[in-house]
Amino acid sequence: MNTKGATTSSAGGTDGASDSSSAAKRNSKKPKYSRFTQQELPACKPILTPGWVITTFIFVGVIFIPIGLASLFASERVVEIVYRYDEGCIPTNYSDQKLAYIQNSTTNKTCTRSLIVPKQMKRPVYVYYQLDNFYQNHRRYVKSRSDKQLRSRASESDTSTCDPEGTTPDNSPIVPCGLIAWSLFNDTYGFLVNNKTLKVSKRNIAWKSDQEHKFGSDVYPKNFQSGGLIGGAKLNASIPLSEQADLIVWMRTAAFPTFRKLYGKIEKDLEANENVTVVIQNNYNTYSFGGKKKLVLSTTSWIGGKNDFLGVAYLTVGGLCLFLAISFILVYVVKPRPLGDPSFLSWNRNPSGV
Amino acid sequence: MDHGTCNQSDISLLKRRETKHLLKVAVLLNDQIQGCIVRPRQSIAADERIKPLPYSYETKEEERKTKTKTKTKSKEDEAAEEEEERESTMKRFVYINDDELSQDLYCDNRISNRKYTLLNFLPKNLWEQFSRFMNQYFLLIACLQLWSLITPVNPASTWGPLIFIFAVSASKEAWDDYNRYLSDKKANEKEVWVVRQGIKKHIQAQDIHVGNIVWLRENDEVPCDLVLIGTSDLQGLCYVETAALDGETDLKTRVIPPACMGIDFELLHKIKARYSYGVIECPNPDKDIRRFDANMRLFPPFIDNDLCPLTIKNTILQSCYLRNTEWACGVALLNHQFTIFSLFSGNETKLGMSRGIPEPKLTAVDAMIDKLTGAIFVFQIVVVIVLGIAGNVWKDTEARKQWYVLYPKEGPWYELLVIPLRFELLCSIMIPISIKVSLDLVKSLYAKFIDWDYEMIDQETGTPSNATNTAISEDLGQVEYILTDKTGTLTENRMIFRRCCISGIFFGNESGDALKDVELIDAVSSGSPDVIRFLTVMAICNTVIPIKSKSGAISYKAQSQDEDALVQAAARLHMVFVNKNANILEINFNASIIQYEVLDTLEFTSDRKRMSVVVKDCQNGKILLLSKGADEAILPYACSGQQTRTFSEAVEQYSQLGLRTLCLAWRELKEDEYREWSLLFKEANSTLIDREWRLAEVCQTLEHDLEILGVAAIEDHLQDGVPEAIETLRKAGINFWMLTGDKQNTAIQIALSCNFISPEPKGQLLLINGKTEDEVSRSLERVLLTMRITTSEPKDVAFVVDGWALEIALKHYRKAFTELAILSRTAICCRVTPSQKAQLVELLKSCDYRTLAIGDGGNDVRMIQQADIGVGISGREGLQAARAADYSIGRFRFLKRLILVHGRYSYNRTAFLSQYSFYKSLLICFIQIFFSFISGVSGTSLFNSVSLMAYNVFYTSIPVLISVLDKDLSETTVMQHPQILFYCQAGRLLNPSTFAGWFGRSLFHAIVVFVISINAYAYEKSEMEEVSMVALSGCIWLQAFVVALETNSFTVLQHLAIWGNLAAFYIINLLVSALPSSGMYTIMFRLCRQPYYWITVILIVVAGMGPVLALKYFRYTYRPSKINILQQAERLGGPILSLGNIESQSRSIEKDISPLSITQPKNRNPVFEPLLSDSPNSTRRSFGSGTTFDFFQSQSRLSSIYSRNCKDN
Repeated sequence: MNTKGATTSSAGGTDGASDSSSAAKRNSKKPKYSRFTQQELPACKPILTPGWVITTFIFVGVIFIPIGLASLFASERVVEIVYRYDEGCIPTNYSDQKLAYIQNSTTNKTCTRSLIVPKQMKRPVYVYYQLDNFYQNHRRYVKSRSDKQLRSRASESDTSTCDPEGTTPDNSPIVPCGLIAWSLFNDTYGFLVNNKTLKVSKRNIAWKSDQEHKFGSDVYPKNFQSGGLIGGAKLNASIPLSEQADLIVWMRTAAFPTFRKLYGKIEKDLEANENVTVVIQNNYNTYSFGGKKKLVLSTTSWIGGKNDFLGVAYLTVGGLCLFLAISFILVYVVKPRPLGDPSFLSWNRNPSGV
Repeated sequence: MDHGTCNQSDISLLKRRETKHLLKVAVLLNDQIQGCIVRPRQSIAADERIKPLPYSYETKEEERKTKTKTKTKSKEDEAAEEEEERESTMKRFVYINDDELSQDLYCDNRISNRKYTLLNFLPKNLWEQFSRFMNQYFLLIACLQLWSLITPVNPASTWGPLIFIFAVSASKEAWDDYNRYLSDKKANEKEVWVVRQGIKKHIQAQDIHVGNIVWLRENDEVPCDLVLIGTSDLQGLCYVETAALDGETDLKTRVIPPACMGIDFELLHKIKARYSYGVIECPNPDKDIRRFDANMRLFPPFIDNDLCPLTIKNTILQSCYLRNTEWACGVALLNHQFTIFSLFSGNETKLGMSRGIPEPKLTAVDAMIDKLTGAIFVFQIVVVIVLGIAGNVWKDTEARKQWYVLYPKEGPWYELLVIPLRFELLCSIMIPISIKVSLDLVKSLYAKFIDWDYEMIDQETGTPSNATNTAISEDLGQVEYILTDKTGTLTENRMIFRRCCISGIFFGNESGDALKDVELIDAVSSGSPDVIRFLTVMAICNTVIPIKSKSGAISYKAQSQDEDALVQAAARLHMVFVNKNANILEINFNASIIQYEVLDTLEFTSDRKRMSVVVKDCQNGKILLLSKGADEAILPYACSGQQTRTFSEAVEQYSQLGLRTLCLAWRELKEDEYREWSLLFKEANSTLIDREWRLAEVCQTLEHDLEILGVAAIEDHLQDGVPEAIETLRKAGINFWMLTGDKQNTAIQIALSCNFISPEPKGQLLLINGKTEDEVSRSLERVLLTMRITTSEPKDVAFVVDGWALEIALKHYRKAFTELAILSRTAICCRVTPSQKAQLVELLKSCDYRTLAIGDGGNDVRMIQQADIGVGISGREGLQAARAADYSIGRFRFLKRLILVHGRYSYNRTAFLSQYSFYKSLLICFIQIFFSFISGVSGTSLFNSVSLMAYNVFYTSIPVLISVLDKDLSETTVMQHPQILFYCQAGRLLNPSTFAGWFGRSLFHAIVVFVISINAYAYEKSEMEEVSMVALSGCIWLQAFVVALETNSFTVLQHLAIWGNLAAFYIINLLVSALPSSGMYTIMFRLCRQPYYWITVILIVVAGMGPVLALKYFRYTYRPSKINILQQAERLGGPILSLGNIESQSRSIEKDISPLSITQPKNRNPVFEPLLSDSPNSTRRSFGSGTTFDFFQSQSRLSSIYSRNCKDN
């Protein structure tokens, strides 16, 4: 019996695990003990105790409310003038045929309005134009550009992605090609304060990185807006694309149908109650699709332009957290529940099990 | 050469005459007519269609006739011949040692297990991968993306992950295949000795051809399947170890066929085809390694040129080892008979393949995931249709007015389809491409954890557990039924002879060990003839091989543990089986040597349930038939005069003690009776068709009128920890069925002692029995009725059924039996055959239960393969079961850990991982959908291609993959509260409602991310790339916190993965932002410099996680699940001693006085006896010598069903 037992056990050891011919190999491969292989890595096992959860909510609430207040305050401090002019700048005799008015190249598009500065606006005062209901994120539109072409002169003819504004009818490439460039915004604004022209600076309105890397300094507009259909603004063919700040700004497509784009900066403080006269060249057609055009003058703060959303959201979320924390405390006090009481296990009450 | 021609015509002539008995091979008397070989070679070479060799006895005569005839061959002959060739496709012929002939026949011995070659790897592998539906879907999506008109993002966002995923699986395949190639090469280039042109030559194993004579020396590995023709042993014996083939570690004897017996060593050495000619007729290769039905014919100059039957006994199969034999030689044959399917490379493939290609098992979790994927797919289609219609409407009403979009007036014909297809592509990420890969990865890790587990290594043998099937670990956690074998699975399968009853006298009842029983020792020494005959049968009637070690000690190599126990016991009683020399057995009894010649062995089969040997006593020349077997296979065949009552009582008594019984019998045969039978036996032995059945029939004719000598009782210990394991698993809500080939009483005793059924008053046994349909149906009805009533009571009700009744029940009352199966938590099925075991598994599976079958022997293989999960115990009965199984473990008790720890964790982890995969895909997809509403329903993607690709395959996969380390409860807690497994069994963690929760969460999070991003980044900040990155960061942060919230235990790796991944997100995006050519150049730098960005992200996190946390906390505290309670208890209060725990402790004490340890018969009060004290059946009765005791008397009372079977001595 002994010998038998011995042989079996040694043999069982060698070809134990289901396989046989590399039995020895297998045995030597017997796993080395490690905490990983045994799934015994030291672990921290937090559980949702009332203390932890309530503390977390209070903590979040306490942090959130000041941040919310700070952002709201910052947003409040931003002085902003928004003036919608798309309707107002249509002469009354054209009010029934806005489209005809805007598409007629002979009509006078100039429109002068005066705005009152509500509060002091510290420089720089940013000038934006805001378009509503303009889908710069439309798939057909957003794809219709050629980054390569914009970047270097060598790929001038790389217009394959620019359809339907890639080439002129005689197949010479349009630079810059594509719908985005083609529909470049072409309203212009002039500002007068006390009958003195306010200089609108176009410096640094485009991203520096765009000017340096995305738009080539050797790429010049070519065949642009020369076809039958004229979209938006024309470009000065003697200025390289990297200097065409308006184009660069426009080419940074917006993600939403309502967006503001930087038109320029006024490097001068505007005093409260000052009267700013705006001379608008109302060229851009938003009438066909019912889009709005707005002129925005705004200062800036650490959160950017005027936007109450974050402040309000922070206050709401912080408040809710505090509310939750308090209600949890109340529930806990009113109806305490011991954690981990095995008597809650139903099978302990009913031994027959599940 | 004209001899050749003449012989060809001889053959054809013969064929024309003898349509049935075809002679394929020319039979040549001497070397002068070797040319004859040409013909058969051509025909065989042309086609492997083979014709039967005559095996009638007249053939020899006809052969002679053919030799004398010379005729030229006609074309008709050829035609006729070919037709006949077509008729028989089942056999092939092997020509021994014919150098020229065998070159181009059949395949050579080169082993090739490679699935691929260099050339076909790519197409074949791709084809295999694309046969999966998911892959087809993704391929379709990827192809659609190549159409730039509709693709929302760069095609790389789909192709990248797709190629990555394909590359991962392909390289895994390639690596496996390369390993196979290496091991093939090693095997192929092994040097072997082969006779070539009459000289022994050293060649590479791959150059062996069919028919070659291969020489082996001791401890050589057999290079191909051989038919033995010579050994160093004078008796023509050799020993082989077949461990590589079937895992059995004992040595097996192999004998050379009688026809080759006595062939001179020199002659063998020098044979050339021209001198001697031999042919082996054998069936085409098959995979049955237990059978080989063939015939061999040697022709002069060998003395005996009669037809000689070959069995598996005459072969040595590839990859066995030659042991204890100086040399052996054999004819190479069917080189790949067993390796065509079983790949000779490493272990996995060889053994993996040898059980065929199992159908891939699909786990319940996989099925659920598929269902959810289907639901998501439908949802996706709905979304696509809705958005497609909306998009087309918007296009026609609004977009035409948007002059800057320049919509052409006339679109192409497919214009209406463009927008829906775009959305289809946009939404295709809803079905996570990474889910399959992630699941495959974690599943193989689960399997590795099983392999690595130190607590599942059998300390005794050092066998680690092994997960052969890496794909079904979750199912382990969902097991509802366990069907277990008894012997070797619950018990040790280490047999010890304990008691015996010889001609009515009980030995060993007092001490519990017959070997120490003074009476028996006295009887032996006084030479009581009954006792001596009993001992003789014990010592001889077996297939054990004694092996003498150098020190003179004798050890036994036995295939059956029972036989081993008997021989050992006989040796202890001075009847020592000393030597086996071919057919001569030597017994040393009281210092005198007695020799027996074994004439025939009537082997054991599970159908016959007995084995016998026919021996000739060399002293007095008497021919004896010695039999041993199960009581029902022996007692009915007792000679008419003998009273078998005592024996059946003995059997009964022993089996109530949980002992295995064997009845021993013998009979003296008359000389002529034997001779007559011997002829029949030989004939049956050389049958090619249904040999086993024919043999059984012939054996039956001899095994009758036996004189019963006595009953031997063998003890088989329960394995360690079996009762505890069963107790725990039963508490976990798993139902146990015991399926055993053993007797009912033995089975019931074992069942009781291992907590299978509780003793009275908690437990009840219901018996289903009967020999006829009516009886069975009645008893089934009664049991059913009781079951229906008792299901409401907290009682343990088990039914007991035997093989016969089961057969009837399954055949005629399947419906009733199915209902019974559903009602009953426990069942004991005794006397069941392997196929019935499989049928029962099938039955439970058809009721939608998850079944696990566990067993250790060859008879469990079918059940194991049939079940959802097969577990094999790598035990003493070899590795057959372990190899067929999905999991192999060393001991039964590891099953507890396998299910409760590994199965449960696997299920929990997969449940989380799969739902999380959907969550994160849906999250980003919802954002895209929302975005499409503010982008003119035109199908613009908010996210850029790089982000989309990285989001799915990288950012969101790494943290969740680490959840394979997550443990909700510690192992000890789970073991203490096995009931917790219910959550897995019932699929509480992954089902449509939990999925709906995740769906809702992803919708909520998408809304949070979207609303906050578009409002915070409105107006002058609404630059596309920036908004996209803000939304993406929101998603990444949220998913990190979701993983963190759902993680129960944080190890270093988890922290690393979750927070490291978040850091990696920023690092990667900063790097990409530094590339001027990328679309998002400088974006990330800009964002990271803005405090505004950070407070936006924090807002997203808090707004997204706050409600989730609050809800989770509320449920955790006020509506806790059992898991939560245990988590709380575990982490707050240290070890918890619950009721369940106390209970199990008290039970285990109880168990110590289990019936097995009771030695005094009078104390033996069957535990199941007082099951129903008020039953009218409490009067004990016994019915003759039948094996079942039926106490159904009262028809009117339901309680009568509470049957018992007991026996009073």
